[in-house]
Amino acid sequence: MSAISASEKVDGFTRKSMRKAQKQRKSQGSSQYRTQSAPVELSPLPQLKDAPSTEQQELFTQKLQQCCMLFDFLDSVMDLKSKEIKRATLNELVDYVSTNRGVLVESTYPEITNMICTNIFRTLPPSDNPDFDPEEDEPTLEASWPHVQLVYEFLLRFLENPDFQPSIAKRHIDQKFVLQLLELFDSEDPRERDFLKTILHRIYGKFLGLRAFIRKQINNIFLRFIYETEHFNGVAELLEILGSIINGFALPLKAEHKQFLMKVLIPLHTAKGLALFHAQLAYCVVQFLEKDPTLTEPVIRGLLKFWPRTCSQKEVMFLGEIEEILDVIEPTQFKKIQEPLFKQISKCVANPHFQVAERALYFWNNEYILSLIEENIDKVLPIMFGSLYRISKEHWNPTIVALVYNVLKTLMEMNCTLFDELTSSYKAERQREKKKEQERDELWKKLDELRLSNAALVQNNRREWQVYGQNNIKKG
Amino acid sequence: MAGADGDDSLYPIAVLIDELRNEDVQLRLNSIKKLSTIALALGVERTRTELLPFLTDTIYDEDEVLLALAEQLGNFTMLVGGPEYVHCLLPPLESLATVEETVVRDKAVESLRKISQEHSPVDLEVHFEPLVKRLASGDWFTSRTSACGLFSVCYPRVSSTVKAEIRQHFRTLCSDDTPMVRRAAASKLGEFAKVLELDYVKSDIISLFTALASDEQDSVRLLAVEACVSIATLLPQEDLESLVMPTLRQAAEDKSWRVRYMVADKFSELQKAVGPEITKNDLVPAFQNLLKDCEAEVRAAAANKVKEFCENLPEENREQIIMTHILPCVKELVSDTNQHVKSALASVIMGLSTILGKDNTIEHLLPLFLAQLKDECPEVRLNIISNLDCVNEVIGIRQLSQSLLPAIVELAEDAKWRVRLAIIEYMPLLAGQLGVEFFDEKLNTLCMAWLIDHVYAIREAATCNLMKLVEKFGAEWAQNTIVPKVLGMANDPNYLHRMTTLFCINALSEACGQDITTKQMLPVVLKMSNDQVANVRFNVAKSLQKIGPVLDSNALQTEVKPVLEKLATDTDMDVKYFAQEAISGTRFTLASLHISTKSDLPF
Repeated sequence: MSAISASEKVDGFTRKSMRKAQKQRKSQGSSQYRTQSAPVELSPLPQLKDAPSTEQQELFTQKLQQCCMLFDFLDSVMDLKSKEIKRATLNELVDYVSTNRGVLVESTYPEITNMICTNIFRTLPPSDNPDFDPEEDEPTLEASWPHVQLVYEFLLRFLENPDFQPSIAKRHIDQKFVLQLLELFDSEDPRERDFLKTILHRIYGKFLGLRAFIRKQINNIFLRFIYETEHFNGVAELLEILGSIINGFALPLKAEHKQFLMKVLIPLHTAKGLALFHAQLAYCVVQFLEKDPTLTEPVIRGLLKFWPRTCSQKEVMFLGEIEEILDVIEPTQFKKIQEPLFKQISKCVANPHFQVAERALYFWNNEYILSLIEENIDKVLPIMFGSLYRISKEHWNPTIVALVYNVLKTLMEMNCTLFDELTSSYKAERQREKKKEQERDELWKKLDELRLSNAALVQNNRREWQVYGQNNIKKG
Repeated sequence: MAGADGDDSLYPIAVLIDELRNEDVQLRLNSIKKLSTIALALGVERTRTELLPFLTDTIYDEDEVLLALAEQLGNFTMLVGGPEYVHCLLPPLESLATVEETVVRDKAVESLRKISQEHSPVDLEVHFEPLVKRLASGDWFTSRTSACGLFSVCYPRVSSTVKAEIRQHFRTLCSDDTPMVRRAAASKLGEFAKVLELDYVKSDIISLFTALASDEQDSVRLLAVEACVSIATLLPQEDLESLVMPTLRQAAEDKSWRVRYMVADKFSELQKAVGPEITKNDLVPAFQNLLKDCEAEVRAAAANKVKEFCENLPEENREQIIMTHILPCVKELVSDTNQHVKSALASVIMGLSTILGKDNTIEHLLPLFLAQLKDECPEVRLNIISNLDCVNEVIGIRQLSQSLLPAIVELAEDAKWRVRLAIIEYMPLLAGQLGVEFFDEKLNTLCMAWLIDHVYAIREAATCNLMKLVEKFGAEWAQNTIVPKVLGMANDPNYLHRMTTLFCINALSEACGQDITTKQMLPVVLKMSNDQVANVRFNVAKSLQKIGPVLDSNALQTEVKPVLEKLATDTDMDVKYFAQEAISGTRFTLASLHISTKSDLPF
């Protein structure tokens, strides 16, 4: 009846991995709106190195113009000869700008940027796979990569050429250029994003006038990603660039940068695909805290606000980030945040998902964290005690129970008297909580009664008012 | 908490504050959801003077709590003392409208829009409009995005000076340097245009529209297409050509496929808004291009609109336009490389037959239908089959039946159960159109095979299908063709199949009538009460309850009752439960029975 046998089905459904395996790896072309007429056949030009130096400049320009011709790569047999000529020419151009000095004269800048823009700037096509899951699926690769790769290579060599002059280039590599470059970060092809990352980093380094603009546009991309589309393939790459940008921020931090941290980076933690860029994101956050330790409290409060409630995988990531932060935290900052933080950690160690519990319990293997806890044991222990004590008896996973015993032992050694007090008052504490619960229920009940009597009052008033109104109408 | 004099009135606010500070979000959420209780308990005056300031000051919480709060406040007018005091609700809603989380903000805007209607014109100018202005000139993009949704609700009810200010604010936001704000403005452009005076539509809106439609971000440009529909509707025909069409033409050829997709998606609305003349001259070629677009997404969106577009063409040269301009594109789409395009087309293509009439359908459309019926993608075939009724009206279904059958058989056995489910749902329709003989000969076996499908949903649908067939073809047909087969399954070694017999009986008894039910079905059901599988036994109890109303009282009394009573003493607790349910739910004639069964029940 089908290609998939019954044994591979789960409850009548095919496993996702099975369906995926059946699909073939595809590549796709760029969505160039084909306004340009069909490509003209290219004819090979003489080699640059063979040309006399007086004619080299002219030939260089001709080759750049030749490379502005675009080809359809979805049809792999079309224009084979011309495609090969363009590829060879691009290779030659890459070689030319990386090995020769004095070739970047002012008049070539417009030709160079024109060639680059024509080739790389395009509207990215719709994703072949509407529910593309970056963690599981193979990305769709750019079909025209044999050419596009060389153009990126060329752009990079151009920017890195010792003769490269930003003051001339800034007329062409401007805000519009950067904006289009940033849009390409949404490409599904990881090879392309990798090139873009290096290129944008170079541009950020060389064009001081574009820095604020680049930061702002990245800001906008992230905000759209968080609050509007939840889809952008290049978040990790952009964060990687930002990591090194943040590293270079001057102190004291500008309000703009702090706002970026609190209103963009922290909310980024809510994204569905956090796993794809969490390492880079955590790096950025820690960079900020190393620059300015006073940001620790708001950052941790922010993370606590967005703490995952149902996704254990994310919770493990959050715990990892918290540990990275605690690694660099100043003891004074720790004091400010210890209460809410350990309330959360206490929930995590009691988590029924053993990976979450385990990740949280690993904090007790960290020497620096241990020293912070010890310093504040009178605050930390009462918060942690209830959960630890309870799961030492209740958790289903023996590894967790063993870990908890160790943690309890460590804590006991830190302050034995307090530990004994808490043990003996544990039961009373539980009962107090239960009683509080009952009181709450009763409060609401009373409130409901109050509301009913008031509602009756309001209704009476309304009825009187209506009667009054009707009387008036009658009189009128 | 409460005063020593026993004054209960301080109580609620104390509870709320206490609860709102609770660590558990769920408790905070609960208390916010009962905010109206608290307000009612407090009375209007104290709600205004204590509760609202408290809420305004303490807004920093989980988004979930804020969302609940934003929603509650939209319904608070009566609780603060009616329209006269409604402006008290503005401060908390204003801060909620600046929150980052989109759902919270949207809800706050929704509530603000709602209570704006309850403001008197004076209050609107004194309280509401200043709030809109503050939001519109806020520092962070969130407040400016929220402002975009509020202009249109206050504009119609304020003085002309204030109106001028509002227009100015809207203009500013349309050229905001954050794309988020421009998107918000673009998405409200149509709505705002509707409340503006026509002169201002021409002078203000058109220039904003043109600017947004050529924004550097495609996400903004595509929203302008949506606005285009509303704007075109507002303008007199003679202005459309100069004010709207240049922008629309440009959008239809935009370099971003998202914008072209939007044009395709809104095509019918656009067509209606610009009228027949422009449609003929401009939209027809534009539509052809969209059907031939290089991106499958765009082609699929356009293909979806083929029928509607053709339907709405001016009648006098509709046929000629379709035959010379649209049909050639449609023919190409039938063999498109992308299955979404083909299946979009398949879902509407049959509709063309009513527009083109019998001869054209046979000559031009029929080959296309047949080609799609053989398409490799099941969804395409399914979409054709699901729309057979349109063709049936024009040329009769017989023309298709030869190709139809293999297509149906293949879909009936598709590996995806959702595909099988879909084809089952069309069976009654197909049976009606193909007639009983054709059905018996070709399709009956399929219908019976579905009853033993390994997916429950299919078995269930197959049962329901049988019922509809019986309703169509009558009880006699049922007795001859399906009832014996269904009852035969009662002896199947697989208990799931035995249960299917019961489910079928449940579905069929009413349509088959008392005679068949009593004489043929009932004995089988009763026999199954001895089944060794408890699931079968309790389904017997359920079935007996279900078919009870169809049976005569004699059979109920002498045959059903003893069996149910026996089941009510079964060892399995579920069987017992359903047997008792059935006993209490069935109308046994003797009153004494009622009493005795009632006393048997656990309560």
